[in-house]
Amino acid sequence: MQSNIKYSAARIARLGRKGCDTMESLGRAGIFLAQSAVGVPSREGWSLWLRQMHFVGVLSLAIVLVSGLFIGMVLALQGYTILVDFGAEQALGQMVALSLLRELAPVVAALLFAGRAGSALTAEIGLMKATEQLTSMEMIGVDPLRRVVAPRLWAGFVSLPILTIGFSVVGIWGGYLVGVEWLGVFEGSYWSNMQASVSFINDIGNGIIKSLVFALVVTWIAVFQGYDLVPTSEGISRATTRTVVYSSLAVLGLDFVLTAVMFGGL
Amino acid sequence: MKRSKTMEFGVGLFMLVGILGLVFLGLRVSGMTLSAPSDTFRVEANFSNIGGLKPRARVTMAGVTVGRVEAIELDPEWYDARVVLRLNSDLEGQLSRDTTAAILTAGLLGEQYIGLSIGGDPDVLEDGDIIRDTQSALVLEELIQQFISNMVSN
Repeated sequence: MQSNIKYSAARIARLGRKGCDTMESLGRAGIFLAQSAVGVPSREGWSLWLRQMHFVGVLSLAIVLVSGLFIGMVLALQGYTILVDFGAEQALGQMVALSLLRELAPVVAALLFAGRAGSALTAEIGLMKATEQLTSMEMIGVDPLRRVVAPRLWAGFVSLPILTIGFSVVGIWGGYLVGVEWLGVFEGSYWSNMQASVSFINDIGNGIIKSLVFALVVTWIAVFQGYDLVPTSEGISRATTRTVVYSSLAVLGLDFVLTAVMFGGL
Repeated sequence: MKRSKTMEFGVGLFMLVGILGLVFLGLRVSGMTLSAPSDTFRVEANFSNIGGLKPRARVTMAGVTVGRVEAIELDPEWYDARVVLRLNSDLEGQLSRDTTAAILTAGLLGEQYIGLSIGGDPDVLEDGDIIRDTQSALVLEELIQQFISNMVSN
């Protein structure tokens, strides 16, 4: 009896400690974001940002564009087989464009971005921490938040929306290739149905807002996991995994919330 | 800090790709035109039933798109639907006052749009005028009901 109570008490204490740890980590993440986001790019910061833009954005372009092409082609193929049953294959352009702009481009680009760039950011910053480069920077009076984290944060925030736009454009072109060139949908109706139904503010604008939110969340998770990890080789590997898992979950969850607010009339 | 020129060039190109992509999405995908949206004029029409007409639906004349539906609201005076139309301004002063507006359906199950047909009145519609002669949407259920009641009475 006595030991039973003791055991339950220990479990409750562990639960409470876990809750406190989670809260503390959330708080650290918030303070971390606030401190690094104000890192106004100076002349030197500008070139650091440029280097990160190259790494995070330009080098991710290839994988994002190729995935966009294939997703657009698959959408057209799948959509065609369903629409043709209703004799509505003219609406193919509308279907491809709306599903890409509203949903697939922001989400899939963000997931690819988390895998391609987010994990690398975590590993890079984590290794800097494990080899005490961050501490050395502080010793010589350089703020690592400004020098290391802020350029990466801003580069991610700027480059993911651009990648998303590229994804949509290539996807719509891929849909055109399959739908018009291969399956024989009339070219005029592909474009005109698309133009009649896509609104710049509601569809393209909301898609870009989504990708801005995803960009902030994914890069934030990536750099924070790198900055906050246990500085061992195991810690780095765990943090990299956590980056991909957390960002994927956050992107998919936030996507539902944003869609409900934007298109669900909430 | 060493800055390599090719890296700067790459990032510049990357930003340019983004901007060009946005322009493509705007012009080609959403069909935006660069003309100012102000060159339209406003006409109202009251329908007793609009069926499935939606804002942003097309307004056509002889099949040619001449404008869009701007807003649809209930007119609390007559309990019918007041539809606000935005027509291209080159039609201002060209449509006779007895122009009729009908809600039509594209295909059997397609979207609904408004078709205008010209009358013979020498007076013309101006900005803010109301089209008096309207024809409501064809509601399939009502049509079937009518058909069945005709069958029964025969």
